[in-house]
Amino acid sequence: MLKTTIATVLGGLLASGAAMADNYDEGATDDEIKFGVIVPLSGPASAYGSVGHCFEGYFNAVNDKGGINGRTINVLVQDDGYNPAKTLEQARRLVEREGVLFLAGDLGTPTNSAIHRYMNQREVPQLFITTGASKWDDPENYPWTMPYLPSYAAEARIYAKHINEAIPDAKIGILYQNDDFGRDYKDAFIDQLEDKGMVVSEVSYDVTGATIDSQMSTLKDSGATVFFNIASPKFAAQAIRRAGEIGWDVTQFLVSVSNAKSAVLDPAGLENAEGIISTQYLKAPSDPAYANDPDVKAWHEFKANYFEKGSEGNWWDWACYSSAFTLEHVLNEAGDNLTRENIMAIASNLDGFEAPMLLPGISVNTSADDFSPIEAMSLMKFEDGNWTLFGDVIAVD
Amino acid sequence: MTTGLNEPANRVHEMPDFRPSARFWARLGYGAAAILFLAATGTLQGYELFLASSILSYAIAAMGLNVLMGYNGQISLGHGAFFAIGAYSAAICIDQFGMSFAFTPIVAGIVGMAAGWIIGKPALRLEGVYLALATFGLAIATPTILRSDLFAQWTGGVQGLFLLINPAPKWTGLDLDQSIYLTVVVYFLAFAYVTLRLVRGLNGYAWLATRDNPIAARAMGFDVTKAKTRAFVYSVLACSVGGALQAVAVQFVAPDSFPFFLSISLFTAVVVGGLCSPLLGPILGSAFIVLVPNVTEEVWQGGSWAVYGAVVILVMAIQPKGLAGMFAWLKFKVAGQSGS
Amino acid sequence: MTFFLEQLIIGLSSGGIYAIMALALVVIYKSTGHVNLAQGELAVFSTFIAWTLVQMGVPIWPAILLTMIVSFIGAVILERVVIRPFDEADDLVIVAVFVGLFLGIHSLAGAIWNYEVKPFPSAFSDGSVQIVSDLSIRAHTLGSLLTTCVVLAATWFFFRYTRLGLALRASADNHESSRLVGINVSFMLALGWGLAAAIGAIAGVMIAPVTFLDPSMGLAPLIFALAGALLGGITSPFGAALGGLIVGVLEAMISAYVPYGIEFRELIALLLILSVLLVKPAGLFGELVTRRV
Repeated sequence: MLKTTIATVLGGLLASGAAMADNYDEGATDDEIKFGVIVPLSGPASAYGSVGHCFEGYFNAVNDKGGINGRTINVLVQDDGYNPAKTLEQARRLVEREGVLFLAGDLGTPTNSAIHRYMNQREVPQLFITTGASKWDDPENYPWTMPYLPSYAAEARIYAKHINEAIPDAKIGILYQNDDFGRDYKDAFIDQLEDKGMVVSEVSYDVTGATIDSQMSTLKDSGATVFFNIASPKFAAQAIRRAGEIGWDVTQFLVSVSNAKSAVLDPAGLENAEGIISTQYLKAPSDPAYANDPDVKAWHEFKANYFEKGSEGNWWDWACYSSAFTLEHVLNEAGDNLTRENIMAIASNLDGFEAPMLLPGISVNTSADDFSPIEAMSLMKFEDGNWTLFGDVIAVD
Repeated sequence: MTTGLNEPANRVHEMPDFRPSARFWARLGYGAAAILFLAATGTLQGYELFLASSILSYAIAAMGLNVLMGYNGQISLGHGAFFAIGAYSAAICIDQFGMSFAFTPIVAGIVGMAAGWIIGKPALRLEGVYLALATFGLAIATPTILRSDLFAQWTGGVQGLFLLINPAPKWTGLDLDQSIYLTVVVYFLAFAYVTLRLVRGLNGYAWLATRDNPIAARAMGFDVTKAKTRAFVYSVLACSVGGALQAVAVQFVAPDSFPFFLSISLFTAVVVGGLCSPLLGPILGSAFIVLVPNVTEEVWQGGSWAVYGAVVILVMAIQPKGLAGMFAWLKFKVAGQSGS
Repeated sequence: MTFFLEQLIIGLSSGGIYAIMALALVVIYKSTGHVNLAQGELAVFSTFIAWTLVQMGVPIWPAILLTMIVSFIGAVILERVVIRPFDEADDLVIVAVFVGLFLGIHSLAGAIWNYEVKPFPSAFSDGSVQIVSDLSIRAHTLGSLLTTCVVLAATWFFFRYTRLGLALRASADNHESSRLVGINVSFMLALGWGLAAAIGAIAGVMIAPVTFLDPSMGLAPLIFALAGALLGGITSPFGAALGGLIVGVLEAMISAYVPYGIEFRELIALLLILSVLLVKPAGLFGELVTRRV
C-alpha cells in the first residue's frame, strides 16, 4: 500500500506536467474548493485557535479577489479543544461527512498524531500542519502528512552546535515544558551536545502549574552557567523575569516559539532579557526594524481587514499567514487538476519558493523525500532592547 | 411535571411495573432496541459508526456513574481518572502484549476495579461534598500523572500510545469501523443488562436505602459500607470499560485526551441524562456530551463549556430528572400511565 | 542553606495566595454551609475586571478597590439568582450547580477576554528587597504576605467579634432559628457571597502579576487553596490561612527536594485533602459540623 502511494505521488509529479482534463477528488468542484482546519477554539489552548481564523480570513481575502482559478475557497474551521480524541472525530466528520479535499494548518502534536494514521489510510492530505515536531518529516511512512514549521529538534541542534563551538566548557541547566513540545527540544538538544555531561540540571514544569519559581531556584543552585529555556510564552516570560530576580545572570538560550518581544520579553522585563540568544525564521510584525518591509506591511493590512483576532505578539499568527500563502500557491498550481495526489505532489515539489514572513535567505523547499518545508533559521541576540540577527542563515536537516 | 424545587433529582425511585403484560412489552422493547443497535453495524457508515461507538462507550461509563451518583447518592467529579485508567490499560495490552482489541475492555475493567478498590477504600468514608472535593482533586491530578516520566515506559509519556486494531477476520466481511462498533455494542448490551438487573434487584434497594437514610438502612440490616463499595466499584468498572472502548475507537491515547474537563463531562452526562434513569439517562447524556459541542459550534465556537454549565444548572432547576425525565413526562402525557 | 530559604520564601509566597483564597472559601462556608467550587473562577473573573480597569487607565489601587466592590455586587446577584433556589437542596444538586457555575464563569471570562496571556501589574513596587547576600525577596511577595495577614485579621475579627459576623454564622447554622431571632437570613446569604467574592478578587490580583492573567489561572490555586482550607479547618479563618501557607511551603519543598516531585504536586494536594478528611475532617483548627438525621 505504501509503495502504491509513493508510486502515485511520483506519478502525479510526472503527470502534473502534462495538461490534464478536469480532475476532481471529493471537495473540489468547478466552483469550489473545500478544506478543513482543526484547531483548539475552547479550553486552555484556545489562544492558538487564531490559526483557524487566520486561514479563514486569508481565503476570504482570496475569494474577494476572485478566488483561485475561478473557484471559491471554502474553509471549514473546527474545534478540537486540544483533545486528540476530539481531533479524530472532527477529522472524520470533515473528511467523511463534509467531504473536504484536505486538511491544512492543524495545530498541535498529540492532536495531529491522533489523526495522521487515519489521514494516510484514507489518502487525504494533512498539509502544512502547525507544529514543529520532528516526526512529521516522514514521507516514506506517512506520505500524506506534511508540516510547515521548522522542526523543534532542528532548532535545538542549532543551539547545541553553537554551544559546542562557542562555549565548550558550559554547564547547562534546562527548563522544559513537560509535554512533547518540551521533550522534543530537550532530547534533540542533548543528543547534539558533544559532551552530554555538560547538562548539570534538567527541570520540568507542567502547564497546569502556576509558577516556575521552584524550578528556577533548583536550576540556579545547580551551578549552571548556561540556561536553555524551553518554555511556552507565558512560562518563558516568568522564567526570564525570575532569573533576573534571583540574580542568575547566565547565557540564556530561548526557544523561538517564545521570543516575541511584546508577548514575552516586555512582561519579563527588557533588562532581564538582555543577551538572550534565540533563533528566528520569521519576520516579527512587531519589530520596528521591519516597519517598511512589504511582507510585514501586507500582514498588518491583512490583520486589519480580515484577521482581527490575530495578534502582533503571537508567532503562530505570523506563521499561519506564511503557510496560507504557500497553500494558495499550491492550489493555484494545481489548476483544474484538483486531486489529492496532485496537491500532495505539488506541495512536495516546492523549490526555493519565497513565502512571505520568512527571513531573507530562507525559502520553502520540499521534495519527495524531504517533507520539511522550512529548514533554515538565523541565530539572533537580544541587545539594547531589540533582536539582532547574527551569523549566517543556518541550514538544518 | 414536577419542578426541581419540590422534588429533588435524587429523590426519585424507579419502581418496575410488575404486571405481566407490562413486563412482556418492556422485554420486547429492550429486545427490539438491542437488535436495532446491532443492526446499525450494517446500516451506518464510517464516521457515524465512530460517533456511535463514542457515544456508547461514554454511555457505559455513564451507566456506572449513574449507579454511584443517582442510586447511591455519592458524588464524583473525578471518574475521568478511571476512564483514563481503562483507556491506558487497553492501549498497553495491545501495545505491549499484542492482545486482540476485543478482550482489552475485560482487562481494563479488572485493572480499573483494582484501582477503584484502592482509591475507594479511603474515599468512601467521605460524604457528600467532601467526596466531591476529593474526586475533584483526582480529576485535576490525572493528566499530570499521565504525563509523568515515571510511567513513560508503559504509557508512552507525553507522546501517547497508538492502538493497532486489526479488523475482524475477512470472512465476516466487517471493516474496521464495523468491527469496533460491534464490539462496543456487545459490551454495551452486556452492561445494560447487568445494570438493569442490579438496580432492580436487592442491590438497587440497598443503594437507594443507604442513600436516603443510611442510619435507618443500617438499622434495617443493610450493610451500608458494602453497598457503597459495590456502587463505587461498579461505577469504576463501567468507566474503565467505557474508557477502553473509547480508546479502541480512537486508536490513540495521550495525556491530553483525559483532561480535567473529561470528569466534568461524565458528571454532566449523568446529570443531564437523568440521575435515576439507569439506561435511557446514560444514553441521552452521552449523546448530549458528544453531539452538543458540534451543535454549539455553529453558534458560538469554543462555547461548549458554557453550554454544559448552563444546561446543568437549568436541568437542576427545571427538570432534575434530566432528559430521561422529559421522555418519561412525554410518555406520561401520551400513554397516560406512570413508568420510567 | 540559601537554597532552602529560597524555597521557603517561594512556598510562603504561593502559600500566602492560597491562604487568601482559602479565606474566601471559609467565608462562604461559614455563611452558607457550601464549599464554593467556583471560587477560583470568580477570582479570575474579578481579576479580569481589574485588568480592564487598568487598561482604561485607572491606577492599580483604585482599580483593585473598584473591582472588589463590583465583585461584591456581582456575587450578591449571582447568589440570589443562581444559588438561592437550591439552598435547601441535596448535596448532589448543589455540587452540580457549582460545577455549572464553574463552567459558565470560565467560559464567560474566555469569551469576553480571550485566552491570550496578559501581563498584570503588581499592586506593590516592582523591586526586590535584599535579605542576605544571595537572598532577596520580591516586594510583591512581601506585599502579598502582608495582605494575607490583613485579610486574615479582618476575617477573623469579623466573624469573632462583630454582630454581623455572628449573624452570618447563625444563619448558616440554622435558617429557621435565625429568622426567629430576627436575622435576615436572605441578606446574610447574599452578604457571605459578596464578601467571599471581594476576598477572592484580592487573591486574584495578588497572583496575576506572578503567573500572568488568563482564564485558566484559577484552577491550580483553587485545588491548593481547598487543600489548605480543609487542612486548617474550613470553619476557621486562622486555620484555613495557616493551612494555605503550609500547603504552599509543602508544595515548594516537594518540588525542590523530592524526585519527580514537580510532576506530582497536584496529586500530593489530593492526597493531603484525602488524608485530612479521613483522619480529622474538621482540619487542624476547625469544628466538626454535625448533621441532624
